[in-house]
Amino acid sequence: MTVRNRRVIGFVLVVLVVVVAAGAYGWSEYDRSRQARTTATDVDLVPADVTVTGERIVFRSTAPGDLYGRVATVAADDPGGPREVAPVACDRVDTTGDRTVCLRTDRGVVTTFEAALLDANWQPTRSWPLPGIPSRTRLSPDGALVATTSFVTGHSYMSTGFSTETVIHEIGGRDYGNIEEFDLLVDGEKIAPVDRNMWGVTFVDDTIFYATAQSQALGHTWLVRGDLEARTLSVVRDGVECPSLSPNGSRIAFKKDVDDGSGVHWSIAVLDLASGEETVLGEQRNVDDQVEWLDDDTILYGLPRDHEPGVTDVWAMPAAGGTPEVLIPEAWSPAVLRQ
Amino acid sequence: MYITLRDRPKTGRQATPRTKSRVSSVVVTLGVVSLMTDISSEAVAAILPLYVTAALGLTTIAYGFIDGLMQGASALVRIAGGWAADRGDHPKWVALVGYGLSMVTRAGLLVAAGFASITALVAIDRVGKGIRTAPRDAMITAASDPAHLGRSFGVHRTLDTIGAALGPLLAFVILWAIPDGYTTVFVLSLGCAVIGFALLALLVPDLRPRRRAAREPGEHPAGRPFSWRSVAEPRLRRLLIVSGALGLLTIGDGFVYLALQSRDGFATQWFPLLYVGTNVAYLALAIPVGRLSDRVGRARVLVLGHLALLAAYLCAGSATGMAGLTIAALVLLGVFYAATDGVLAALAGQLADTSVRAAAIGTAQTVVAVTRMIAAAAFGVLWYALGRSTAMLLVAALLAAAVPVCFLALRGLDPPRPAPEPEGGALA
Repeated sequence: MTVRNRRVIGFVLVVLVVVVAAGAYGWSEYDRSRQARTTATDVDLVPADVTVTGERIVFRSTAPGDLYGRVATVAADDPGGPREVAPVACDRVDTTGDRTVCLRTDRGVVTTFEAALLDANWQPTRSWPLPGIPSRTRLSPDGALVATTSFVTGHSYMSTGFSTETVIHEIGGRDYGNIEEFDLLVDGEKIAPVDRNMWGVTFVDDTIFYATAQSQALGHTWLVRGDLEARTLSVVRDGVECPSLSPNGSRIAFKKDVDDGSGVHWSIAVLDLASGEETVLGEQRNVDDQVEWLDDDTILYGLPRDHEPGVTDVWAMPAAGGTPEVLIPEAWSPAVLRQ
Repeated sequence: MYITLRDRPKTGRQATPRTKSRVSSVVVTLGVVSLMTDISSEAVAAILPLYVTAALGLTTIAYGFIDGLMQGASALVRIAGGWAADRGDHPKWVALVGYGLSMVTRAGLLVAAGFASITALVAIDRVGKGIRTAPRDAMITAASDPAHLGRSFGVHRTLDTIGAALGPLLAFVILWAIPDGYTTVFVLSLGCAVIGFALLALLVPDLRPRRRAAREPGEHPAGRPFSWRSVAEPRLRRLLIVSGALGLLTIGDGFVYLALQSRDGFATQWFPLLYVGTNVAYLALAIPVGRLSDRVGRARVLVLGHLALLAAYLCAGSATGMAGLTIAALVLLGVFYAATDGVLAALAGQLADTSVRAAAIGTAQTVVAVTRMIAAAAFGVLWYALGRSTAMLLVAALLAAAVPVCFLALRGLDPPRPAPEPEGGALA
């Protein structure tokens, strides 16, 4: 046998081993995943004919099984109790009761992303495409405006790196477009850092909102106050990400990078808008979420579970600081409906 | 064989023997190596943002930043890879180190836990890609008939790009069947990397371009020693300057896609897949444009290929949002890559002395990569200062002015067709 023939046989053997090993692994994973997805979830559900009404929390259910990723509702006074599961799956969700915004991933040979508005019966009334992985969404208090943030993951020979796209629509009305196009004002002076990114809108009313504006080149992550009529974003203060306005409008809860070095470690802080006083709460774990307010004294946020990929819990913590506790197990992206 | 006949020059200025105008089996094998490796790397690259955000629950901010840094490092490593290939006269060994390094990172992904380890692995993968590119292109040059070098690179880039288009598709098919199947994608990626590595190690001959050149009459018996001075030889220097100038006006597909996406719903919906459209156009055109470059001159095709880029800018910069313009822009970007990527390597390989060929190819590619990075950064400033459309049209205008100048500057680099002297390699 020639050297060449021996090498050809060697190569064929390598290919066979790789195909058999990868094929076997892929098949076992497919089998495991199919079983996991078809197994009935063991999470506590309300009876099929019951609707959860009154003060309630709407969220993405991350309980493993056939209902994974679906939108679910629990009563605010029994958040760990039985949940009502809707027929829609969302990555991020916010709701006013009659109107729900749902950001979702349409998996397929081509994976695409979209935002959808749903009516009180979870039927889609409108949808539009998103350029990348969904990140944040909020409705204005009366449900007239919707804001969405998604990643823009360009993929090319020369990567342009990270960016986000945050757009605000008036439902059935004006499209305010990408808020990156708004004038960014520092002490009234217009600046235009080239690498600015905007994300995490929280509405005050149907004109005013807060959001994050970041420029890595300038080294700032600003809280900005946006005006939809003037199309401006005015810098309020530095070091604030993903703001969330309290129900009475007096405070903002946000992600704060508390890492001393070059890394990123987000803790949760609360800013009193009137006094400008900032309090970092005692959460030691790294939180990457837009906080939601349960009431004027309690904040909610999601954290992934260690060693259980895809499973997350919604935690509650006093806004004055204190010990975090799981409020809704196996949940993500909470939206609180108050009466 | 039809292709063989068509490849004969119509003028009959030279009589290429039929066997010599086939594409070398070394080139095809290297193309399949690249195909497997590109499936491997692009499958992971396509799902990494999803994996980092959905499975690990992190943001992609740091990822994009580190990715940018590593693109720069990768460009510089290319010159070192080329230098090592020329010095040792074993380009295959150097390429093998590069492919091996990337293969190891695939195995690493299976056990990597945190964000830091994943970014480190992506970084090492980029270094591996940097190391292997120039030696591999030098091997393609060494194995090809100089008269058909453009076609050889076209064949290689077609196979390479098929891999780049298949990788993301396979990855998303896996995630479709197994929604949390990230590990399965990593296993597929490792498998393809192993096959590519084994193919190169076992079935590609250890070409020794310098030793072969040394046997030619009139050469120093030990072969000419490596010298950076040969890389800076006037005609090569002219190519480097022109490539750099054009690179400074190549702002990156990312911005073209963003400009299309900012006003066209069609482009938004398919945004994550726009690059697949570019890749399909590129792979369909790499061989015909490579052959065209053999016929009419590589320098000419290289410079005029930028007219396609110019047209893509105009599509992206025009005020109307139509699906047709988006598709036209994607096809034009594909034409641009077909006319520049492989053709640049072919031209540098053709101009360089055998003793410095890999280093010359690596240097040319580095010049292009670095100037394009500068262009992307500078264009970011224009993007916000002037607005998307105006910035795009301004760069298009600059490019329109630069193309004729560069065209004249490279005149004479396309020699009268060289006598067909295949440098060997196994001819299929």
